[in-house]
Amino acid sequence: MNTEAIKELVYKMADDLLILGHRNSEWTGFGPLLEEDIAFSSMAQDKVGQSWQMYKILHELGDSEPDTVAFMRNANQFHNAQFVELPNGEYDFSLIRHFLFDSAALLRYQMLTESSYTPLANLTKKIKGEAKYHSMHAKIWMKQLGSATEESIQRLQNALDEAMPYALGLFEPSPYEAHLIKDKIFAGEEALQILWQKEVESIIEETQLILPDWNSLIPALGGRNGQHTEHLQPLLDEMSEVFKVDPSADW
Amino acid sequence: MSNQLSATKIKSWLEVVKDPEIPVLSLNDLGVITSVHIDTNNKVTVEMTPTFAGCPAMDVMRSDVEDVLKEHGIEEFEVRISFDVQWNSNMISEKGRKALKSFGLAPPPQHDLIVDIDIIEHAQCPHCGSENTDMKTPFGPTLCRSMHYCNNCLNAFEQFKPI
Repeated sequence: MNTEAIKELVYKMADDLLILGHRNSEWTGFGPLLEEDIAFSSMAQDKVGQSWQMYKILHELGDSEPDTVAFMRNANQFHNAQFVELPNGEYDFSLIRHFLFDSAALLRYQMLTESSYTPLANLTKKIKGEAKYHSMHAKIWMKQLGSATEESIQRLQNALDEAMPYALGLFEPSPYEAHLIKDKIFAGEEALQILWQKEVESIIEETQLILPDWNSLIPALGGRNGQHTEHLQPLLDEMSEVFKVDPSADW
Repeated sequence: MSNQLSATKIKSWLEVVKDPEIPVLSLNDLGVITSVHIDTNNKVTVEMTPTFAGCPAMDVMRSDVEDVLKEHGIEEFEVRISFDVQWNSNMISEKGRKALKSFGLAPPPQHDLIVDIDIIEHAQCPHCGSENTDMKTPFGPTLCRSMHYCNNCLNAFEQFKPI
């Protein structure tokens, strides 16, 4: 087993979940409907929990305790895509990101259930059921608001245009792609992106939204290597504020 | 005592351990205790699997299981939480499903492990038994619950999510 390749894969998945989980939690108390407030809060809890399970896998591979890894790194040590660290914006942007990210996450987990790396296969067999709820929730709202009023369609279209280059950053290739594919750990970012584009196209087709031309988009890369926007460090500072008061405290 | 120790006996002791968020449902009936093993040195290993990856009740469940083992004089034990067996809602026993219903929670519909919108939307009201119900949101006050409304008895209710 190529441990470095596995770690790279698990870190970026865990960091995506932790950071987007935190962003989702920022909707708690502010959702446009009570049900949406609860949905984003619940998805936040799922995502942070899933990230914790992935940090546990990394801990078993020799890295620090999950809490330490989650709370004590600086922005340039995080491997999440820039997409997930962007501020929530209005509900339209959060919904578009929710749809684009969770479609990709669910497909990724489904692929990883076949992984030759058993801890990851077992975990993704579990969390794909949870991710299904997230993806389904996003699709329902996309279909409703993507064909509702002039305003809802225009808002989602603007958010989609803004989000798409960042969404493509989710598939930034790892330096270990060839190893991961050869060792049957993961079928690779390119294979995932192909499935994801088909999925996104099939949902957008059911709405009045227009997909940008895939070939015209320039993906926002760098997140997997620790290059982030100015939005990540303030998020980390807030997220880790209590933990850092006393990292040895027993909760 | 060691001669009489058996996995079945230990499982029966664990019947007193309930889901901290649904106190009528034992961990046995919830299906999260996946195996009990006694090795040749009488060390007891209890294997558990989370209902949801982010379930905050898991640590409480583990320490409740440990307390029961200690109360029965087990000195050497390990309670292991892993995803070696992945939990799904079909693993809730028939007795557990009845307990959920009497608690006011609709039990999760049985499914073939492909949960889709039609399965989630289908809930039977735990109060009046009507199937004339609407799903209000697939998310609820805990990770494992969704929220529904009964058009027959006009009550809101929650369902343990099929997953």
